[in-house]
Amino acid sequence: MSALTVKNLSVAHGQLSAVRNLSITVQKGEIIALIGANGAGKSTFLRALAGAHSPTAGHIYLDDKDITQLCAHLRVKEGLALVPEGRKLFSELTTQENLLLGGSSARAGQWNIEKIFKVFPNLVKRRHSKTGTMSGGEQQATAIGRALMSNPDILILDEVSLGLSPLVVDQVYASLATLIQMGTTIILVEQDLSRAMQVAQRAVCMLEGEIVLDKPMSLVSREEITDAYFGLHKITNSTME
Amino acid sequence: MTNLIIQAVLLGGYYALIACGLSFMFSVMKIINLAHGSLLVLSGYLFWWLAEYYALSPLYSLLIVIPIMMMLGWALQEFLLYKSARGGELLPILTTFGLAIVIENLLFQYFGADTRSIAPFIGDLSWESWQILDNIYVGKTSVYILCSAVLLLGTLQLLMQKTALGRQIRATAQDPDTAGIVGINARKVSAIAAAIALATIAISGLAMSVRGVFDAYSGGPQLLFAFEVTIIGGLGSLWGTLLGGIILAIAQSIGASIHPQGFLIGGHAVFFIILFVRLYLADGALANRLKSVLGVSK
Repeated sequence: MSALTVKNLSVAHGQLSAVRNLSITVQKGEIIALIGANGAGKSTFLRALAGAHSPTAGHIYLDDKDITQLCAHLRVKEGLALVPEGRKLFSELTTQENLLLGGSSARAGQWNIEKIFKVFPNLVKRRHSKTGTMSGGEQQATAIGRALMSNPDILILDEVSLGLSPLVVDQVYASLATLIQMGTTIILVEQDLSRAMQVAQRAVCMLEGEIVLDKPMSLVSREEITDAYFGLHKITNSTME
Repeated sequence: MTNLIIQAVLLGGYYALIACGLSFMFSVMKIINLAHGSLLVLSGYLFWWLAEYYALSPLYSLLIVIPIMMMLGWALQEFLLYKSARGGELLPILTTFGLAIVIENLLFQYFGADTRSIAPFIGDLSWESWQILDNIYVGKTSVYILCSAVLLLGTLQLLMQKTALGRQIRATAQDPDTAGIVGINARKVSAIAAAIALATIAISGLAMSVRGVFDAYSGGPQLLFAFEVTIIGGLGSLWGTLLGGIILAIAQSIGASIHPQGFLIGGHAVFFIILFVRLYLADGALANRLKSVLGVSK
């Protein structure tokens, strides 16, 4: 059964169309790495999934239910959670308050604040600090924890390791491993290709608002992804013609 | 001198009470509500109207006026401020400025130019007092007003810090888009916050109309005092509002004791001194400093 189906989705920033006629089906429990250069439309696509950006055309189905017109907060209730690019924490609120806010939708599930602190032990001593004063790694952990608090079926992580030191990235991925074992469907944007290839089962490359490559990780080579990333396949195609 | 300080503290309680709603909207919803004074006067008229035509005791009227003002707050947020707040920092200021003019003139049209007060409806209470020292008396209403200010600010503080609703209000004020992503119904939460702000305005409207007289255009000076209190007390702190009220009242009282016309000047002088000190201490270029002092920086 598919967890998420996107049909012919288009999203625009004013005159600029950032996502063009995009279709994708995500199966339950799948780990997808969304790969693409800056400006390829990844974040816009993910924000449209979460309901932060309304599409100009197309449909989004969650468990076969059309959620295209649903407000962002109702999508969280339906089981979709986004960790936005740049973390977007409530900087004047404490870690604990940010995490509690994540539970606003009151979905039933196994995640609670104590469990988050168990998965991210580096947050324990920061429990009552304002998140604006914390390090990047601690903020990213809080952002992921905040999304988990809604007990999502699908977790979308935009730029997981942006601005984090390699050591902290390891920590974040270690905690993602726990999630993956529990069967959560994950869509993640990662600039570090080797890491993305390690974690994900399926590679989806975006270029200029369209999906140019969509293959299982086991069948895709590094070169193929790099070509799709830079749009080189277009050049080779046109020279061949 | 003791008397002056005691009376000033009581007056400060009144200022804190009328600033409560403004400070709440200012610090929590990031909206500078220029219609604050007019809404205060509107609730004053509601109390007067219920007392005059239905012979309702002002304390019972609270049970009617608070829900009316809360509904008004909800409607204002839902139909007016929600949209205007998305148009930038300046737009809510203009919107509420226009709203103030509309409310004032509607009130003037319905109630005319007569000054009103509900002091006549509360019997002897309006002039009763307690003797606390040899020659120092404190008015009962002033003490009640100070107590309500402390109670109201304390309740708001608890609500904001300790409850899920308070957390959601603070989060929505900071970033409504992200609040939605996290699962908060930002629109509903803002409407509730506006309803709470107007409930406090209802309470301070009672204080205003018990303490003195008002007419349709009395909102201006009330807004000015409330604004000065909010700035003196510092943004983001509801207890600061109480302190700000007391500082303003003491400055006015000292001003008045120096010169018969020094009451307002004393208050304004302290307001400007504190504003300029804050400007001097704030970081960055002048525009940024002004923004951070006025609390409009994001």
